[in-house]
Amino acid sequence: MPISLSLRNAPILMNTQNTADYPAFPEGGDAFRHANLLGIEGLQPWEILYLLKEAEQWVAMNRQSTKHDDRLAGLTVINAFFENSTRTLLSFEIAGKRLGADVVNMHAAQSSIKKGETLIDTAVTLNAMRADAIVIRHGSSGAVQLIADKVDCPVLNAGDGQHEHPTQALLDALTIKQRLGRISGLTVTICGDILHSRVARSNIICLATLGAKVRVAGPPALLPDGIEVLSAEVFTDFDAALDGADVVMMLRLQNERMSGQFIPSPREYHRLYGLTQERLAKAAPDALVMHPGPMNRGVEIDSDVADNMARSAITEQVEMGVAMRMACLDVLTRRARKMEGWS
Amino acid sequence: MNQNALTITNAHLILPGEKHAVKGNVRVEADHIVALGDVHAEADDIVVDAKGQYVAPGLVDLGVFSIDKPAFHFGGITRAALMADQNPPLDHPARVRFAAQSGKPDFWVHPLGGATRDMAGNNMAELALMKDAGARAITTGRRWIADTGTMLRLMQYCAMLDLPLILHSEDHGLTGDAVATSGEMATRLGLPSAPKEAESIAIERDLALGRLSDAHLHFRQVTTEAGLKLIRAAKSEGMRVTCGITPAHFMLSEVAIGEFRTFARLSPPLRHEDDRQACLEALADGTIDVISSGHDPRGPEDKRLPFADARPGMAGAETLLPLTLNLVRDGVLSLPDALAKLTSNPARILNVNAGILATGAEADIMIFADDKPWIVDSAKMAAAAGNTPFDKMPVQGRVIRLLKSGKEVAL
Repeated sequence: MPISLSLRNAPILMNTQNTADYPAFPEGGDAFRHANLLGIEGLQPWEILYLLKEAEQWVAMNRQSTKHDDRLAGLTVINAFFENSTRTLLSFEIAGKRLGADVVNMHAAQSSIKKGETLIDTAVTLNAMRADAIVIRHGSSGAVQLIADKVDCPVLNAGDGQHEHPTQALLDALTIKQRLGRISGLTVTICGDILHSRVARSNIICLATLGAKVRVAGPPALLPDGIEVLSAEVFTDFDAALDGADVVMMLRLQNERMSGQFIPSPREYHRLYGLTQERLAKAAPDALVMHPGPMNRGVEIDSDVADNMARSAITEQVEMGVAMRMACLDVLTRRARKMEGWS
Repeated sequence: MNQNALTITNAHLILPGEKHAVKGNVRVEADHIVALGDVHAEADDIVVDAKGQYVAPGLVDLGVFSIDKPAFHFGGITRAALMADQNPPLDHPARVRFAAQSGKPDFWVHPLGGATRDMAGNNMAELALMKDAGARAITTGRRWIADTGTMLRLMQYCAMLDLPLILHSEDHGLTGDAVATSGEMATRLGLPSAPKEAESIAIERDLALGRLSDAHLHFRQVTTEAGLKLIRAAKSEGMRVTCGITPAHFMLSEVAIGEFRTFARLSPPLRHEDDRQACLEALADGTIDVISSGHDPRGPEDKRLPFADARPGMAGAETLLPLTLNLVRDGVLSLPDALAKLTSNPARILNVNAGILATGAEADIMIFADDKPWIVDSAKMAAAAGNTPFDKMPVQGRVIRLLKSGKEVAL
């Protein structure tokens, strides 16, 4: 039977990652062996670290007054977004443009899927336009993989249903690394609507792979069955989950994905799972506060916490997002650009 | 000269009540079996030499979603009970009557009348009129009837009409838009999922209503340990209850949905490995009465979609016999017991004079080689679509010749 899926094989951690520095990476294309970026699951720890390291140069460049590089000049990047997005779409668009690529955005609202075209036909159409990379967001888990199987160029997952959002996890890891200097050994608490969150899945896998201790917290109705096998410790008591945490990552309630009622009221939710100044005091003294956005102020996070520049890394996450996506676009197009060692 | 007579010689017969196949012949006149065992061809009989292979009744497939003759004939299926989940649904006597005629002469369709109008679970359909039109049982389809009062009244009517009620056991309040069983696999893939208890909760309620109404309940697919336990207990208590399964649920676990393989998107969804083991146990001890194909060929427009958007179901007619024979090779069932779940048991539930090699029974007969190897290939199936989770799997067992009502069907 053609069934082989490696469950439970937690990635082997490299010894080198207990240091703040990066390990020595395999030569050339061996540093990142994948044609696509469909998820964090399946990536080796050094592959994640390689992408993080590659992003650092773009963090530096993006802080200069002239933010331009021409390595993707002549390449076409299509951002195919079948689901609404503001920051991720903009972030990918800026990332592609800063690397010199011709970036085209396709919104579902104005596309032919409204006219009944199937996803596969849309994929084949995009492929026929000879894109050099396609960035896809779709509301159904697995949709991006389905498209990736039908196109010739690298595909980047910008979020598929409740499955994965790998660039978000990478930019979060980059933010933590920039702010706290390391990931390994940190305790990261992710709180909120874990059930409907692709960000949570990608982050749990990413952070655990890099050696962090991951806790998830939320009401039982919003905690998926079996989440603990992704190496996360499960809490329903937010205060207990916060105890000594180095990073607190808050998630939005994904009302658009809920069928049925999952919380009695936002007010009650805030009482149980809202991040207030008082609650944050239970975490480590210099704990970092993160949120992938968009925030619902007063529900999962209070404004005074979100806007506390000393603790909150929320705007920095957005900044890291551009650099991280530049690194992903760069690395994934290297084979097509015939970069030495990447054939 | 008797041009209507035919004798199958040199056969190993699968006969009711026998623990092993019996050497012998079968003689058929017109559309019925007239003699079995130590009988000989008469002067003008057409003689079919079985060449020492097994001869068994044609398969009776209880619960298919499409009439797909080439696939059924390939699989040795001579009759199928058609689920009411059609477009439009079989919820009206005229549609039932039409469906009952739709396969003849070389294939017989036994329509299952839809329990409620539009299969919506609210207003009862005309059950007695559908029975007159040829409905062999009533079914809720792939749906759950939430209203307990409606369900009880349905059962009371079915009991009065002596029609079995064929049930889908999933509590929709729990399943909602779920496409997978809750657990590690669904969580990793980020798929909407429901706890497997949705099945046992549904069964438990319907068994309680069954006790009130004395209807014959047939749970078309029972796939969890807890569900099977309830059926086992109800049977030992003497209730008129039977249940079935499809090969996918005793061959595969949820691991098969990995990489979002939509051909493994089934209803009910694939379960955990311990439930699969419980299914094997229940097949062996007789808790599960029927193995059916659930044949539901679906083309790319329904299956080449993101997993949760794809339609459930698999093309199962061609693989029904060989996958069931796996149970024989694995020592779960004897050959006659395995075949009973494909023939006489479903025929008894549908109350049709078939599924058995006996004098006076309809001459639906298949000759099959139990060890003939072949490879399932979704690109080359006889079915209307190749949506099988068993693609490229080597199997053994194939139908060599098939008679429907005494007439040979070209394979």
